[in-house]
Amino acid sequence: MHILVCVKRVPATGARITLTPDAQHIETRNLGFTVSPHEECAVEEAVRIAEAHGGETAVLTLGPAEAEEQLRSALAVGIDRAILLETDGEEWGPRATAAAIAAAIRQQEATGRPFDLLLFGNESADSGGYQVGVRVAHALDRPVITGVKALEIAGGLARAGREGPNGWEVYELPLPAAFTVKEGINLPRYPSVPGRLRAKKKTIEQLSPQRDGAGLRKLRLALPPEEHAEAISLGNGPEAAPKIVEVLRALELL
Amino acid sequence: MILTILEHDRGALDSAAPEALAIAQSIAQQTGSPLAAALVGGDEAVAAGLGAYGVQTVTLVAHDRLGSYIPEAWGCALALLVEKLQPEAVVAAGTDRGNELLAHIAARTGLPLAANVTAVQSGSPYRVTRVRWGGSLLEEAELDGSPALMTVALHTVEPAAAGASLSPAIESFTPELDERAFRVRLVEQAAAREQGVSLASAPVVVGGGRGVGSAEGFTLLEELAALLGGAVGGSRVVTNLGWRPHADQIGQTGTRIAPELYIACGISGAIQHMVGARGSKQILAINSDPDAPIMAKANYTVAGDLHEVLPALIAEIKKAKGL
Repeated sequence: MHILVCVKRVPATGARITLTPDAQHIETRNLGFTVSPHEECAVEEAVRIAEAHGGETAVLTLGPAEAEEQLRSALAVGIDRAILLETDGEEWGPRATAAAIAAAIRQQEATGRPFDLLLFGNESADSGGYQVGVRVAHALDRPVITGVKALEIAGGLARAGREGPNGWEVYELPLPAAFTVKEGINLPRYPSVPGRLRAKKKTIEQLSPQRDGAGLRKLRLALPPEEHAEAISLGNGPEAAPKIVEVLRALELL
Repeated sequence: MILTILEHDRGALDSAAPEALAIAQSIAQQTGSPLAAALVGGDEAVAAGLGAYGVQTVTLVAHDRLGSYIPEAWGCALALLVEKLQPEAVVAAGTDRGNELLAHIAARTGLPLAANVTAVQSGSPYRVTRVRWGGSLLEEAELDGSPALMTVALHTVEPAAAGASLSPAIESFTPELDERAFRVRLVEQAAAREQGVSLASAPVVVGGGRGVGSAEGFTLLEELAALLGGAVGGSRVVTNLGWRPHADQIGQTGTRIAPELYIACGISGAIQHMVGARGSKQILAINSDPDAPIMAKANYTVAGDLHEVLPALIAEIKKAKGL
């Protein structure tokens, strides 16, 4: 199995988001960076499939030079090699991102082995465009299934399970194929100390992608209005129980 | 023409469809274009019912191999319909399926797509407001492309009212699909695993976070939920620690809940959790830390250890119910 996982560097937001004064970005001065939980699971899934079937895994990201940190995190949990499509740090729209990833995959496959599996997160944590994986699959003429929460590989076929509107559904598709993964498909491991050390020493392949039209252009960000007024305190500790029951009655839940 | 792509099941329109129709109506009003709809796997009764939303033409996409949902085949069929009808905009609800179908249409046609919009201003380019971070941030953006492709963020717009008395023209469209559209096959479909009340539709949700302390600690939450006819959920911490299965996660990468009351126990209130609880009408937070972020986002707060508050509350509810 030759597997490629695509991830995106995003700020690790806590309890509150604040914006930069020009409303173009999240204020990240006091924030760390991470990837979406969906993508953490995609990385873990790639490592598990390679452990079970043998093969080589690669991680790819399109982003600023600092996104090397997210690539090294993936290397630390067992991904074999990493590719950075370095941008100037400006945000690329989903169409341009997908075009650059598809071009990089073509280039990788022209000089090496083709990827049997392309794994993505179902949607990025920050911009949430719900389309990059599907666009890359179409660009490379590969079948794709989104929202995957179970994946089995056997005999050149993949069986991908997911939650549909009417219950659990399983799709079968021939390899090579693309999948967008949802959190819950697995429980990602933590990197080991030797894993971290190995990841530190690895070389990261760098490519300079061409930006291909925007299509969806961010103008500015805004925080949604605060949803409700001051909270009503029902008291402290177990003494609050009768007051809670009053609220339940008022809401006609009791 | 403004084309809405609508989901339906066993003769009923999907519950999110009126939200897509609301945005489509707004664009139709702004542009003076007629409102149209497409349904894959046609049903004349559902089609006729769309007249109530002001839909003038309904296309039933009919094909003997589109009976079960195959994302790529449905997406290709709809992309062909879009090419045929040349609408000014294409709108679907921001459900998993709506986002998946529009992504296929966008990929197939090469058009830009704005997922999860909350407001739209027609023009060249279109101006859209869309949600980021699962709803905790808004983005204003320009959207190129003709047609303008978009999905509507769930639970963010007032659903369209079914008030008009229009009889839409019903047309049929049979796409010519090549074999490649059927590379993905649906091989198994199981009915939803019914385990009492589902998290997504429960009238009361009792959620637990790190403060619950252990998997066993959820027994108290389950007892409370059972007394109120509700469901139990948890934060991402809790599902990552394995105290609850991932299916119980409330949050950006888990389930979106919309109960009358969400009782959040020992949950700090990170934004990734709160976007999953946004649909809650009321939130009661029980937390030993009065400064936890959730205490400022709740309607009602109790400062205290859930291991003391919940037994007292359970006893009080039993008393009230005469149990």
